[in-house]
Amino acid sequence: MEIKKTAIAGTLESSDIQLTISRADSGITIDLQSDVKKVFGDQIEAVIKETLKSLDVTAAKVKAVDKGALDCVIKARTVAAVQRAAETTDTPAWEVL
Amino acid sequence: MKSKVNRELPDDLMKKLDYKPFETTEIGNPDVQRVAPKVHVSTGDDKIVSSIKQVVADTVKDGMTISFHHHFRNGDFVFNQVMRVIIDAGIKNLTLAPSSLTGVMNDMVIEAIKAGTITNITSSGMRGSLGDFVSHGGLKNPVIFRSHGNRARAIEHGDIKIDVAFLGVPNADRLGNANGMEGNAVFGSLGYALMDAQYADKVVLLTDNIVDYPNTPASIKQTQVDYVVKVDKVGDPDKIGSGATRFTKDPKELKIASMVNDVITHSPYFKDGFSFQTGSGGAALAVTRYLRQAMIDNQIKASFALGGITKPTTDLLNEGLVKKVMDVQDFDKGAADSMHTSGNQQEIDASWYADPDNKGAMVDQLDVVILSALEIDTKFNVNVMTGSDGVIRGAIGGHQDAATGKLTIISAPLVRGRIATVVPDVTTVVTPGDSVDVLVTEFGIAINPKRTDLISALGNIPGLPVYKIEDLQKMAEKRVGKPKPLEFTDRTVALIEYRDGSIIDTVKEVKD
Repeated sequence: MEIKKTAIAGTLESSDIQLTISRADSGITIDLQSDVKKVFGDQIEAVIKETLKSLDVTAAKVKAVDKGALDCVIKARTVAAVQRAAETTDTPAWEVL
Repeated sequence: MKSKVNRELPDDLMKKLDYKPFETTEIGNPDVQRVAPKVHVSTGDDKIVSSIKQVVADTVKDGMTISFHHHFRNGDFVFNQVMRVIIDAGIKNLTLAPSSLTGVMNDMVIEAIKAGTITNITSSGMRGSLGDFVSHGGLKNPVIFRSHGNRARAIEHGDIKIDVAFLGVPNADRLGNANGMEGNAVFGSLGYALMDAQYADKVVLLTDNIVDYPNTPASIKQTQVDYVVKVDKVGDPDKIGSGATRFTKDPKELKIASMVNDVITHSPYFKDGFSFQTGSGGAALAVTRYLRQAMIDNQIKASFALGGITKPTTDLLNEGLVKKVMDVQDFDKGAADSMHTSGNQQEIDASWYADPDNKGAMVDQLDVVILSALEIDTKFNVNVMTGSDGVIRGAIGGHQDAATGKLTIISAPLVRGRIATVVPDVTTVVTPGDSVDVLVTEFGIAINPKRTDLISALGNIPGLPVYKIEDLQKMAEKRVGKPKPLEFTDRTVALIEYRDGSIIDTVKEVKD
């Protein structure tokens, strides 16, 4: 899936994560801010990467501001941000959900 | 060497500071020798000093131990004024021994450490930028954390020998009779400061309100005071505490509170004449409300409430549901005002409150106590000192002391955000599991297996599922996942004393 514009999903409320996805020429870069980065940083980045992979996103710049979100929330916010950034909200990729 | 809670302690530091590892929560009946302060004799007519600068010049020398109290909390104007003068005077190598450190003092403490003014600290706790600074190795010598009862013990033993105590008060007369109840920045009980007033060699009162002699009621007495300094303002009343501590509306906290109440009312201790202490956390406060109704319904009255006092507790006093409030500290203005008006609200010092080496401390008489936790592990050990990143961000307070109560309840959510509260091993052991009886979470309770009596008393209460603590830990881990272990260096930045003065655990420098 191709990232066409910068899009955002999620809030800065406790237990949520706010993801901003924008275009990149190649590769995935993740800029993560989290109070639990020391102990869950790797896991959060892994969930974002896996979700991007399942959506066939190969090039994107991701800014993630985490407020203690669980994996299911991280996945949901990533999917929403990608669909907005790829302008596919009208035709969601149901098979990967 | 290891403490009894299986924590490795640094041999070199233990030897150098002549410490023993923590063995047991039992204090026994030893004979102990207390110390007495040096008295500079005065007829009392020469105590008023015009400036902090002058009193610092007269009293503070390199290498001394100085102390403050934290009753003004974040409304404190005294600490920063005095420390400014001490730093500017170029004094070095001081030991800072306050009853605790509040956020408003942080920047000044860091500046004083960097200037070489402060080289040792003992406190109940620290938070924010100072905790961060110390956890990153900012202070060469390890901080010594002591509970409020243990600080009293250490002062009485001479482990903490206070050379000069700087004590802010909202009123004082020209000889130093003072209390915490009248004036602009009032905080009620002077409980922690009374130790300093009694045992420091030099006692300096700072006040913005010099009143006619003799000032009564006198919590601090003229017999103890060397100097009275008039300052513009001792504190900001709005930041000392809220008007009245509010009850939480958080449904999770309310559920925990109602379950704590079930544990109390089904325990053998809930009978006429029982006693209790609640902390100041959201859930702990809400317990007071449930307990009130249960006491009315069952026609039960409490003999006393203890510890840090809030308005919800003094309301029970006014209703006649609690006969006496034994008050070492007030958390809100309502409680502070009540001390002034109620003859049944007794100001107590930290020794009377919780000193283990005593002829009888209040905590020894305590039936039910509700405490909080940053973490609790499957051995029921509790951490109230270090956060999920391993950084110092808490205080022992009266946790270890009150936990000696007959029914010690830890109330805590199973998880906070992505951080599990119930863990296999706490980062820092502050209160040993031996003194903890029941853990209450929003999902259910766990009872210390040593308390077989409680297992039968609390085993079959509708709506109160009982789990093994290992199962609660697994439930938490299933929700949040398994965290990567925190990384520390070998350097010890703080020692955690148990209330008897032994070492229970250490805090290491965090690796970033």
